[in-house]
Amino acid sequence: MGAVYKKEFKAYFSNMTGYVFIAFILLFAGIFVSMTNLRGGYPNFEYSLGTISFTFLFVVPILTMRVLAEEKRSRTDQLLYSLPISVPQIIMGKYLAMLTVFAIPCGVMLLYPIILSFYGTVAVLTAYSAIFGFFMLGAALIAIGMFMSSLTESQIISAVLSFGALLLIYLMSNLSSLIPSTAAASYISFAVLVLALALIVYVMTKNYWAAFSVAAALEIALSVVYFTRTAMFEGAVGKLLSSLALYGRLDNFIYGIFDITSVIYYLTVIVIFVFFSIQSVEKRRWS
Amino acid sequence: MRTRLKGRLNLIEVSHLTKKYGDNIAVNDLSFTVEKGKIYGFLGPNGAGKSTTMNIITGCLAADSGTVKIDGHDIFDEPIEAKRAIGYLPEIPPLYTEMSVYEYLRFVAEAKGVDRGEIEDQIKNVMAETEITDKKKRLIRNLSKGYKQRVGIAQAMLGNPEVIILDEPTVGLDPKQIIGIRELISSLGETHTVILSSHILSEIAEVCDYVLIIAHGNLVASDTIENLSVNYTGKSTIKMIVKAPEGKLRMALDTISEIEEYSFEQPELHPELLNVKITIPRECDIREKLWNTFVEAKCPVLSLETESLSLEDVFLMLTRDPEPDELYEDEEDAAPSAAKACAPTDHIVGAGKRNVDEDGGTDESDDESDEDDGDKYTSLFTISDEDKTDKGGKN
Repeated sequence: MGAVYKKEFKAYFSNMTGYVFIAFILLFAGIFVSMTNLRGGYPNFEYSLGTISFTFLFVVPILTMRVLAEEKRSRTDQLLYSLPISVPQIIMGKYLAMLTVFAIPCGVMLLYPIILSFYGTVAVLTAYSAIFGFFMLGAALIAIGMFMSSLTESQIISAVLSFGALLLIYLMSNLSSLIPSTAAASYISFAVLVLALALIVYVMTKNYWAAFSVAAALEIALSVVYFTRTAMFEGAVGKLLSSLALYGRLDNFIYGIFDITSVIYYLTVIVIFVFFSIQSVEKRRWS
Repeated sequence: MRTRLKGRLNLIEVSHLTKKYGDNIAVNDLSFTVEKGKIYGFLGPNGAGKSTTMNIITGCLAADSGTVKIDGHDIFDEPIEAKRAIGYLPEIPPLYTEMSVYEYLRFVAEAKGVDRGEIEDQIKNVMAETEITDKKKRLIRNLSKGYKQRVGIAQAMLGNPEVIILDEPTVGLDPKQIIGIRELISSLGETHTVILSSHILSEIAEVCDYVLIIAHGNLVASDTIENLSVNYTGKSTIKMIVKAPEGKLRMALDTISEIEEYSFEQPELHPELLNVKITIPRECDIREKLWNTFVEAKCPVLSLETESLSLEDVFLMLTRDPEPDELYEDEEDAAPSAAKACAPTDHIVGAGKRNVDEDGGTDESDDESDEDDGDKYTSLFTISDEDKTDKGGKN
């Protein structure tokens, strides 16, 4: 793992990628801090941070697009497979290297509240807890971007997929409020979701009966629950979608709450997508 | 390093390996063993399953069924231990082009878990052995194809693996580089077990002790080069053009007891003639007898030539496709010219050595279009200039 980590970290600085990523974040941080804190006179660095988190949409794909896609395209993945290191070690090495690159601009940002404190009273701890939340959000989004990169061997497609996924996540809290909250609407949405799941099962296994039995079993279960305990379905889709709203969790940190559940939430997302990436890379060996 | 070769005799045991891509069977129930301290040649036409097999052995690809054991460790159950014993150079050298040669080798050495104290020495050694020491600080991106290949081999040698597996290491190189790489492989064979895949027969003949011929995912032959030529080339073929009706010819041929097999073919342009192909044991020379028989039967012999089966013929014979697909039609086209160009039998073992000087002319075509299957085939039938003149003379 150590070797992959070192190699990957160096690779970000042997070409433009690492510099562009860091410069982008710091540029936007600079713009928003001067706007909000310096010109606007707010002592709360965390407010600017909320706005800066929007730049993840562009910078995370820059960081993650090549991480696994390029290995596949240049066939260097064959080297990694033939080395005496396991796929989880490879993925973890790469992920930690990306986190280290991301930690650099976050480290620079740690200075901002201190600079601000020269000119007024700044709640430094709140600001630092917000930077921590910002880092966790970024880490979760990087894990998602890495998974997208494992799906393709084209950096461009990988970047577009990551951007699409991140945009969806960014808009998720707004989207979830648009969904009707009646039980019937939720029931129908879940029924459609089950059909989509059955379709995925069919595409993956090419087995008509497997897909059909998955669909039938889940639809029956869904109907039974719906007709016996309708109340469970009130607003269920909205809840499901808002649970995917990674950005919403950052607000807690910005409002000065060091929210352990959010930390666990971000860690869960990281673990899930790192796991997915491992599975996706393992799957390449079977195809 | 020699001491590492002690112990278990079978370094690699492959049993009943099967791999399918959709409905296409790439490797079909393949079994073989690799012993320590030899150079093995993995021979087969394009698409025969060479690379697939090598990828499975090295853990880059999972098999549908069957097992691979490397030094007693199953590649699926104990991948880390098994992979420690392997150095692998895939068909496309897996190089990080934005790294320098030294950085790259250092990464591989660290990933292979070479002891910190030994890393510098090992990198120095492999760079010296592959003659890339003076390119140490160059970015891999800026190296020529031959040097990239050397870096790939250097990478495989790091960590002193018991077995080094090289997938078509000379494809796309210029003749001088090919000779260099072959010499390097031969010297590797003194300290390691080497498995080398190629579709260039002269290369296999020159470098390898033992040959595995694979076709359509099946192992069709596995023997030493000497045995292959004895077992499969124990026969000679006589090709004749005779002016006679078929029935008369049959009667005449049936009187000669040495003939094992014969076949006719009517040339399109001259329906009155017959092309006859006769198979006899190698040690017999029945030309005189044939001549006399045909004279007695009043069948004029217009042409008569003897051929012996060479490694090329063995290869073609063993890898012939029962249901020719598109790829194979290319080969069928190439086959007659190759057969004609065959050198006498004593050519087989020393084929590569005799070719060394003349390699230039033939292998360059390979360099120009290493992506082109057709051209790969021409290189398959690499013949020395001497043989080419023979061919010209005959025509």
